[in-house]
Amino acid sequence: MKYQDEYRDPAAARKLQQAIRQATTRPWTIMEVCGGQTHTIVKYGIDELLPPEIELVHGPGCPVCVTPLEVIDRALEIATRPDVIFCSFGDMLRVPGSQGDLFSVKAAGGDVRIVYSPLDCLKIAADHPDRTVVFFAVGFETTAPANAMAVWQAQRRGIVNFAVLVSHSLVPPAIAAIMASPQNRVRGFLAAGHVCAVMGYEAYEPLAQQFQVPIVVTGFEPLDLLEGILRCVRMLEAGRCGVDNQYARVVRRQGNTAAIDLVKQVFEVTDRKWRGIGTIAASGLRLSEAFRHYDAEVRFPVSRHDAREPDTCISGLILQGVKKPWQCPAFGTYCTPEHPLGATMVSSEGACAAYYHYGRHREVANMPAR
Amino acid sequence: MCLGVPGKVLTTYHEHDLLMGKVDFGGVVKQVCLAHTPEVQPGQYVVVHVGFSLQVIDEAEAQAVFQFLENMQELDELDRPDDVADAGGNGSVPSP
Repeated sequence: MKYQDEYRDPAAARKLQQAIRQATTRPWTIMEVCGGQTHTIVKYGIDELLPPEIELVHGPGCPVCVTPLEVIDRALEIATRPDVIFCSFGDMLRVPGSQGDLFSVKAAGGDVRIVYSPLDCLKIAADHPDRTVVFFAVGFETTAPANAMAVWQAQRRGIVNFAVLVSHSLVPPAIAAIMASPQNRVRGFLAAGHVCAVMGYEAYEPLAQQFQVPIVVTGFEPLDLLEGILRCVRMLEAGRCGVDNQYARVVRRQGNTAAIDLVKQVFEVTDRKWRGIGTIAASGLRLSEAFRHYDAEVRFPVSRHDAREPDTCISGLILQGVKKPWQCPAFGTYCTPEHPLGATMVSSEGACAAYYHYGRHREVANMPAR
Repeated sequence: MCLGVPGKVLTTYHEHDLLMGKVDFGGVVKQVCLAHTPEVQPGQYVVVHVGFSLQVIDEAEAQAVFQFLENMQELDELDRPDDVADAGGNGSVPSP
C-alpha cells in the first residue's frame, strides 16, 4: 500500500542504520512513547539494528494497557445489565478486570459488541430505542476526536439512549511524570505521531525546555522509527534540546484544529489514574458539563471498585522504561497474553505482549544486561 | 490502539450532515468520516483512525526521507576516492 510499503524498504533501512552508527559516540537511552511504535520496533527488530550504545525503552503509550483495573470492573458491571448494549473496540474485550473480562460477560449472555467506529454505536442506538448503547471510550488524544464526534452527534440528533464510559488519557503529562521520576534514565523521546497528528506538538516545546531533552515526533513504519532515532541521536550528540518533526507528512505543528475544537467542546481535562503508574494530575479527559448527561457513570451509578494489581507484576516499572519485560520473573511463565497479570501484557501493543509475540521470551537467557 | 492507516479518498458525500468518504485501503474500500479534514479532495490520501481521518498526507513531505537518503549516498560517494575502500564508514553525514 502506498505510504506503507516504501517505508519498509530494507535498503533504505540499512542506510539509516549506517547513519545512526556514524552519529553515535556515547550511550543514550531513548523512549518511544507509543505502543504502536513499540510493536514496530520489536516486530522488525529495529532495536537489534542499533549500535550497542543506543537503548530503546518502551513508554506508557498504550491506552488499553493504562486503563485502570477499576474502570474495567465498571465496564463489566454495566455490560452485564440486560437493558444495555455494550460496545467497544475489539482490543478492550480481553482485558481482565478483577473478575473476568468483557468476553466472559458476552459468553454469559451479555450483549457486548465490537465496533469499528464510535459512530457505529449511534446506528445501533437508533435500531434499539428500548435499550441504552454504552460505548467504552478509551484512548489517547488520537481517539478523542472520534469519540467526541459520537457524543456531539448524539446530542445534535437527539439520540438519548446512548452513553459513554470514558477513560481518556493525555500524553504530555505522562512524559512530564516520567522525566520527574527519580528512577528516570530517559534522555530523549520519540513522541507518538498520531497523537501529534491531532494535537500538534506545541505542548511538547515547554517540556523539551523544562527537562532539557530532544523530543522527535515520529511515525510508525520502520523507516520512520529509524529516522526518528537518527534525528534524536544527532540532537543528543550535539547537546541540543527541543522538538523535531520526523512525521511531517502527517503532523503539523498546530495539529488538526477542527478536531481540537470539537474535543474542547465535548471534553474537559481531569486527573486520571494510569494502570501500573498511579494518578497523574491533569492527564485525562472527562465529558464537559454540557455533555455530562451522556456519561455512563452518571446514567448507571456503579459500585466503587477498589481493585488491586497483583504484587508480582512489574508493569509499572516497564511502562516508565525502568525495566524490560524479560526482567520480570512472571514474564512468559505465569503471565502470558492468554493469562495476563498486568498492564503491559493485556494489549497486543503492550511491551510485554510485543516481546512475547515476537519471540523475545526465548531470548531471555541471551539478552545482555544493560 | 493509535493505529492510523493511509488510504486514498475515492468519493465524498454527506450523511446526517457529516462529511463522509469512501476510502480505498489497498483494495478494501471503507466508509470514513472526513469531518476533521474538510479540505480533502478525492484522489488525496488520508490517515484513518477508528473510522475518522486524522490528517491529509502531504505528498512533498512524504518524499523527504528518500531525498535525504539520496543526498547521503551522493555525499558518501564524493567522500570516497574511487580506489580506496572506506571500510570504517566514516564519511560525513548531512543534516536532514
